[in-house]
Amino acid sequence: MPPTARQAAARATGPAPRRALVLGGNRIPFARAGGAYARSSNQDMLTAALDGLVARYGLQGETIGEVAAGAVLKHSRDFNLTRESVLGSSLAPTTPAFDLQQACATGLETVVSLANKIRLGQLESAIAGGVDSTSDAPVAVSDRLRRALLEASRARSAGARLAALAKVRPRDLAPATPRTDEPRTGLSMGEHQALTTAQWGISREAQDELALASHQRLAAAWDAGFFDDLVTPYRGQTQDGNLRRDTSLEKLAALRPTFGLALDTPATMTAGNSTPLTDGAATVLLGSESWAAAHDVTPLAAVVDAEAGAVDFVHGVDGLLMAPAFAVPRLLARNGLTLDDFAYVEIHEAFASTVLTTLAAWESEQFGRERLGLDGAFGKVDPARLNVHGSSLAAGHPFAATGGRIVATVSKELHRARVAAPGGPPIRALVSVCAAGGLGLTAILEAA
Amino acid sequence: MGDRYLDLVNHGFAAKVAKQLGLPRPVPLRRYVPGQPLVDGPLLVLGAGDDADAVARLLSGPAGGAGGPVLDGWDLDVHRRPTAGARYAAVVVVLTGLTHPSQLAEPMLAAGSVLRELASAGRIVTISRAATAADAPAVAAARQGVDGMLRSLAKELRGGSTANGIVLADGVPVQAAAAVALLRFLLSRRSAFVDGQLLTVDSEAGTLPTDWDRPLAGQVAVVTGAARGIGEAIAATLARDGATVVAVDVPAAGEQLAAVANRVRGTALQLDVTAADAGARILEHALQRHGRLDVVVHNAGIMRDKLLANMTPDRWESVLAVNIGAQLAINEALLTSGDFTAAPRIVALASTSGIAGNRGQTNYGASKGGVIGMVRATAPLLAPFGGTANAVAPGFIETDMTAHIPPVTRQIARRLNSLQQGGQPVDVAETVAFLASPAACGFQGRVLRVCGQNMVGQ
Repeated sequence: MPPTARQAAARATGPAPRRALVLGGNRIPFARAGGAYARSSNQDMLTAALDGLVARYGLQGETIGEVAAGAVLKHSRDFNLTRESVLGSSLAPTTPAFDLQQACATGLETVVSLANKIRLGQLESAIAGGVDSTSDAPVAVSDRLRRALLEASRARSAGARLAALAKVRPRDLAPATPRTDEPRTGLSMGEHQALTTAQWGISREAQDELALASHQRLAAAWDAGFFDDLVTPYRGQTQDGNLRRDTSLEKLAALRPTFGLALDTPATMTAGNSTPLTDGAATVLLGSESWAAAHDVTPLAAVVDAEAGAVDFVHGVDGLLMAPAFAVPRLLARNGLTLDDFAYVEIHEAFASTVLTTLAAWESEQFGRERLGLDGAFGKVDPARLNVHGSSLAAGHPFAATGGRIVATVSKELHRARVAAPGGPPIRALVSVCAAGGLGLTAILEAA
Repeated sequence: MGDRYLDLVNHGFAAKVAKQLGLPRPVPLRRYVPGQPLVDGPLLVLGAGDDADAVARLLSGPAGGAGGPVLDGWDLDVHRRPTAGARYAAVVVVLTGLTHPSQLAEPMLAAGSVLRELASAGRIVTISRAATAADAPAVAAARQGVDGMLRSLAKELRGGSTANGIVLADGVPVQAAAAVALLRFLLSRRSAFVDGQLLTVDSEAGTLPTDWDRPLAGQVAVVTGAARGIGEAIAATLARDGATVVAVDVPAAGEQLAAVANRVRGTALQLDVTAADAGARILEHALQRHGRLDVVVHNAGIMRDKLLANMTPDRWESVLAVNIGAQLAINEALLTSGDFTAAPRIVALASTSGIAGNRGQTNYGASKGGVIGMVRATAPLLAPFGGTANAVAPGFIETDMTAHIPPVTRQIARRLNSLQQGGQPVDVAETVAFLASPAACGFQGRVLRVCGQNMVGQ
């Protein structure tokens, strides 16, 4: 029998891919901007998250195959942030590292990239991660001042230097603070999402309910000790600082809207159903089956597949954070799965309405037919399977750290479910993270 | 955790003043460093009979085995009678053959004759037999006389020297592993803050290490409350002795715990010891990550001092829950698991407050007295597996906890022992490590105080 194209391809490119396993994770508690980590740099926090992981898994002096991490708000001096963090950690200094940046999908992209290397046999072990500080964000000088300073440094005479600096005007001295506005539209992410919220007619009540569930579920997980082996305290912060145990629908309903105030439709997005600025770091330990066995670590989950997507939010009709609505259907089709095949669905709560607009799109017959090319609606997610231990609304969202938080949390949950039902059918989780620039990254995990 | 008075009276003018005024003059204790000689100078072994000969052979015999009842000699310079001009590092008095108190005179007076020339940080160790009601009265009197004599002698020594006793239970030979290991411990600097204590060897159980500097090589030990203070020192000391350490503390102490685990190259397990599944999780972590569990050190403890008249239920209950309730529950889980059966050792932290009592500490005293009762009753449950449970009772130890005692009270509390100073966390850790070693299985439910011979209690 002649070999199939796939077999031939496998032969041409080497051995068939192996399983890449999530073995564990560690993060520091997430803190509200200006809080416990106000004086901590990205490098400090990433190093702390790495050291906690090393302590949990006894990796002192161990050479890990590769460490990949990144930050969204990054100082230019942090050009080698991950490697510098590795050198400051208890890992062997012979551990290679690289930085990666894909806006809020950074953390999940490090998991996907390293898992792929493991699957290909390039790595036996890896640590994925991400960190962000809005408290210690880089502050730059204005472009006019920067150009003048550079010109002055190139000048060959005192006169030329003075002439260059003379171009500086008082207004040029104002520092350029980091902005999360979209460069091509000038709109903040919240204003973009307000457009999408209005487009899909998402109610204030639905957003507040999702936010409340996030806080309640995260609090329950903390109280049950679920994070005992996922989080290591840092600088006196022992739990996520953004978690509001005492919040309620009444309290959330009392908040004034902050985004979409200029739209024709009622403004529904508040500080309560949007993620706050947050500081934090997260890491995920990945490995091959043989590495896990040799290090006596029980695998939690396998990284099965991933799909990135992007939408033309500048000219098209799709909202800035809607890329996962397109990426997930492609990802599931490739794997022969439907939404019903997932015991857990993790959709990053950039805003409550991001989750709700994504779910609405999947439930829409019209969207399914016209935008996804399906016969009807893509499918429905059971709310009981959605963000079961809370998500970014409650935990906070240190941009690049969110992917690691989600992967480690849901992998532990997958393993728990597997232990509770040994030998049963596959138990899967879907992970979806939206990001600036109209990006989205999605992945499938399966209980190990 | 500095002791300024100790620093002061060991230097220059203040030293002279202190001497003339008869003020306490504590000296800095010398602590154990791996690889250093066991003792600095000759040893004097006093007493007659087979046991004294066996001890002398053990101490003087060549390393690597000399044949005879004790296989591995320690190659030390041993004298059998006082030599004029000799400056002894240690005196071992073998008194196992006593049948009448009158027989104490010869060996003890011989020991007394060399005390003035005893090296600083010298060691006196007696080896005697336990007095029981079944003994002839004269025998029991002689044996119990050693107890009172030893405790008095310890109070006479100065310059960081200590006196401690090895008591052999009926039928236990002087070559028993636990007796040999205890002799080495008491002669060594590991026992720097152990003074005026007698410890009974209950059985021949236990095995001697092949390397005295790494008695815990290949062993896996769990230490609770390991994030700081005494627990941190225990984790470091067990790791130095060769153990792989699982460092346990409450999740809120995770940052310091991770630092400890990384320093000792062990693993961190964030866990509240009072959780219902604490024992199961400890065992699961040790077995899954390290393949075995040999030693559990119950160190986690809290203080919530109040006079009983002002005591609140939460202060009482939390102290009892952490300090003894958790130990009982974890032991129960370990004992019923079937996975804690290869010469397992439990070492629990008691306190001199649990022996002598302390004003404002009825809750703490109950919990620490409870620990002593617990090890006594747990050891027989572990003995069938070649294992044991014992307790360490620290006295005044220089930690964050004692640093919060008001200054004058603290200064007084420090001097109320024969060594006239507070101990260091490492002193407790050394004793824990000793009782955690495989040789210590011959001690069954005993308590060893690390208190510099505190004036209160036994």
